[in-house]
Amino acid sequence: MSLLIKNGLVYDPLNNVNGEVMDISIEDGRIVEDVDEHKAKVIDASGMIVMPGGIDIHTHIAGSEVNSGRLLRPEDHVYDVEPKTAITRSGVGHSIPSTFTTGYRYARMGYTFLCNPSMPPLEARHTHEELEDTPIVDKVTYPLLGDWWFVLEFLKDGLVKECAEHVAWIIVATKGYAIKIVNPGGLEAWGFGRNVKDLDDPVPYFDITPREIIRGLCMVNKILNLPHTIHVHTNRLGQPGNYITTIKTMDCVKDLATSNRPVIHITHCQFSAFKGDSWANMRSGAEEIAKYVNSHSHVTLDMGQVIFTDTTTMTADGPWQFTLYELSGNKWVNHDVEVETSSGIVPFKYRRKSYVHATMWSIGLELALLIKDPWKIYLTTDHPNGGPFTSYPKIISWLMSERAREQTLKKINRRARARSLLPSIDREFTFYEIAIVTRAGQARALGLKNKGHLGVGADADIAIYNINPKKVDPSRDYRAVRRAFSRAAYTIKGGEIVAINGEIVKVLDGRTYWINFETSPQIGDTIKAPSDLKRKFREYWTVEFENYFIPERFLKVSAPIFVRAGV
Amino acid sequence: MYADCISPDIFGEKNLEEILKLKVWEGNKLKSLGDLFDVRFEREIEGDNIVIKLVGNFIKVRRIGANMSSGKIIIEGNVGMHLGEGMSGGEIIVNGYADSWLGGSMKGGRIEVKGSTGDYVGAPYRGSKDGMMGGQIIIHGDAGREIGHLMRGGTIKVYGSVKHFAGIGMIDGTILIRGDCAGEAGAAMRNGRIIICGYIPSVIPTFTIDSIRPNVDINGEKISGPFYRFIGDIADNGEGKLFISKSRNPHLAFYEKYL
Repeated sequence: MSLLIKNGLVYDPLNNVNGEVMDISIEDGRIVEDVDEHKAKVIDASGMIVMPGGIDIHTHIAGSEVNSGRLLRPEDHVYDVEPKTAITRSGVGHSIPSTFTTGYRYARMGYTFLCNPSMPPLEARHTHEELEDTPIVDKVTYPLLGDWWFVLEFLKDGLVKECAEHVAWIIVATKGYAIKIVNPGGLEAWGFGRNVKDLDDPVPYFDITPREIIRGLCMVNKILNLPHTIHVHTNRLGQPGNYITTIKTMDCVKDLATSNRPVIHITHCQFSAFKGDSWANMRSGAEEIAKYVNSHSHVTLDMGQVIFTDTTTMTADGPWQFTLYELSGNKWVNHDVEVETSSGIVPFKYRRKSYVHATMWSIGLELALLIKDPWKIYLTTDHPNGGPFTSYPKIISWLMSERAREQTLKKINRRARARSLLPSIDREFTFYEIAIVTRAGQARALGLKNKGHLGVGADADIAIYNINPKKVDPSRDYRAVRRAFSRAAYTIKGGEIVAINGEIVKVLDGRTYWINFETSPQIGDTIKAPSDLKRKFREYWTVEFENYFIPERFLKVSAPIFVRAGV
Repeated sequence: MYADCISPDIFGEKNLEEILKLKVWEGNKLKSLGDLFDVRFEREIEGDNIVIKLVGNFIKVRRIGANMSSGKIIIEGNVGMHLGEGMSGGEIIVNGYADSWLGGSMKGGRIEVKGSTGDYVGAPYRGSKDGMMGGQIIIHGDAGREIGHLMRGGTIKVYGSVKHFAGIGMIDGTILIRGDCAGEAGAAMRNGRIIICGYIPSVIPTFTIDSIRPNVDINGEKISGPFYRFIGDIADNGEGKLFISKSRNPHLAFYEKYL
């Protein structure tokens, strides 16, 4: 089927297209030079903006953690119900919607590519099953490797190359995409009822420091030539004074960068940018982090913006979730995933009138606004930790309009308002910059070749928003921006129109991308496992080695990306 | 059937024709109020004092009067679950039976039930912590289990008997039970008062006897005793007060030796 989008104002930062009136031609799910206008279905996008489909670099949408969150929170579901229609299925959930609803809601906002950031390798099967049930969008998932016993053992002995071979195996075995590191060392220490205090605090038993884990896996990432960098949730997340740890974390891999390419992604950075030494005097460390990021090119971030709403926090960071439980006194789940990682879930309400919550809200926006290069910071809420993904249009309006920020500032805690840096920042994002922080930048950070841009050959994943930058001033009329971005006029996925004016009109299966290695035929089903791998599986895991590997046929729509690894 | 729209706040802004078009969910089908009910308009009422009178058996209709803030609903017959959920003002009178979750999470106003009710009176929705914050629920008949679950304020009065776990997890507020209680009253309560004028088989072991009181005062209403006063639930560091009639519970007399 061919499709022609006429007269739209195109924002395609990867191809340096900034609001030009252009026609986009689509044939067989890809963008092409031109199509026969008489045969193609024509979409008149005059007065609308056309962007590549949205990409979310960090959103917890699938897996046992998310599912436990769903089970834990019937009250989150009861008032947010989506009835079934002729083509869509019913679903529930405000902060943790059911799988189908997640897919529909993202598609309605013009998002077409999602990254599920924390998959304990043991739960890979469950995660892929849920991703399969998340319709329309393409997805990838990152296995958690920062506290994986073998990685710790290899790195302790300085065996980086062997570690790389092992990581290659685990990525193929779990059909993962990138190396996710959560509170490196801290999760293993949590098994002993402790946490690591800083980057150089050794992990019990393994006697390896978080610094060595991050550096080791960063080297592994380079050896394997993975398209994304290491994806790091820092140590001491959510603790006042942690911005120093965050800067140290970024700095510890500085020397591994070559040719100005990023080597580390600090995720949901807002939670890692606290100054002060207690909750009472907690302040924003966004300025310091922004200063570091502005003067270094080896790091990318995502915001982890907080929204004032009732949400569900869930991370693999068991010790932090325990702290959160103690702070909130809420119901909670904490779990140690055998020898791999840990996890925790706590429902949480961010309140405007709370000093800490209001400061967190401010930090997220400060980070995005103070970091000068939008290619280095991306828009996320760390769904659902900072707030549900459905609030992205709100964040877009805060970024684009000083007035929108002022409106919210008026309503927050007075002390937080007095200390916030936001009143001193007059930067307002343009639509071009919004296109970077919501799609192009993320595509570049993820190393996606055919996503996040509208050049010839790219996948035809396109979002059209009904807002005319020539008529609407986003700085003044931020509500129009919010409306436009919450209901895409058209969402096109793989050349098919899937949503019109926020209504799903067609349901497709999205692809699951994963990394395969073309250099080593052994890596894959018949990997030459380290001699004691099977023995250790038998000793420590509840799952046998033979059952651990997820075969490609298990994925509904498998889309392997082949990389040439250095091992 | 879910009929949140049957509420004085919503009816007040509309004329009869608009009211007939209000949407309700019947199972998974969206219907309008006019398809299912015979709606009549009687007379104009000034201001916020709108009265909605429901006649018939409404046992399958849920969430009537949800989040209402003023006006009055009178139900001649039985009514379904979640009546007056989250209401902050106004009044609901039921001349019949009201099903479970009556006045769930309510913040203010008054509900009076002439018959009996089901379980979870004033309790929040499953999983939620937002128990009843204020207002008054009066039940002339019996009530079921877990009345006043996670209650934070307001008053519940039951003239009949209740089943197990009255006032479970209660944080504040008052529950008065004129009849009997099946047991486990005040489990996990942290504060507030439960007064039981009838028989209770036993007091849970995490309550400790504090004193014998001649009577209890509830907002000026004097309930005459004498009552054993227990403090608990100690397992939750609670300081809730559990008053139990001395004369109706001679089997609890052994507690007196600990005074």
